[in-house]
Amino acid sequence: MDVMYFAWVRERIGVPRETVETEAATVADLVRELSAREERYEVAFSDLDALRVAVDQDLTDFDASIAGAREVAFFPPMTGG
Amino acid sequence: MRIVVQEAPFDAGAELNAFQAGKTDMGAIVSFSGLVRDLPDAPLRHMLIEHYPGMTERALTKIAQDACERWSLGDVLVIHRFGQMAPGDQIMMVATASPHRKDAFAAADFLMDYLKSRAPFWKKEVTADGSDWVAAKDEDEKALRQWQQG
Repeated sequence: MDVMYFAWVRERIGVPRETVETEAATVADLVRELSAREERYEVAFSDLDALRVAVDQDLTDFDASIAGAREVAFFPPMTGG
Repeated sequence: MRIVVQEAPFDAGAELNAFQAGKTDMGAIVSFSGLVRDLPDAPLRHMLIEHYPGMTERALTKIAQDACERWSLGDVLVIHRFGQMAPGDQIMMVATASPHRKDAFAAADFLMDYLKSRAPFWKKEVTADGSDWVAAKDEDEKALRQWQQG
């Protein structure tokens, strides 16, 4: 699955997008898995209240399923307009 | 309905004229323009706007569709730029067309409230002192709750 990062999440993790092989069932499982991998993920994911997530380009929650998802994106609260 | 996400500047006047042309059954057009605002303390060198290609268009379309379900609208226009902009540059515009003024105003207000915190754009302000991502405000979420109660 493709995992994407935007704004300061992208800057902290250091890449805009990467392909991740995972058995994670939910977004929260994926966050735990990535955080355990390397410190840069642990730092970026340290405060989930400051993050938003989209699964296949739909805004969702951290307990959402990612079974069969093509794309998961992490980013801070949006500031459009 | 027309949703445009682009890096290039656009001519808001020409867009508005094109939007209202031929709408003989619409009595009211409301438009809003969002500009890059300079900072009071440190002069802004430029603003950088990042977005999520694909999701951006999808989210804007959904917001515009929701507005069309809620009010009597003949048409909706949303143009939002990304990339680098200077103070005074136009970031975005929305326009709504309705048979009646109140629907056009309310729908434009709704579009702006949702576009601010539900469309995947992120602003970064660059000054001589460095750069900072613009933080979302609590009042942005409050503005959405007002529509959800309504």
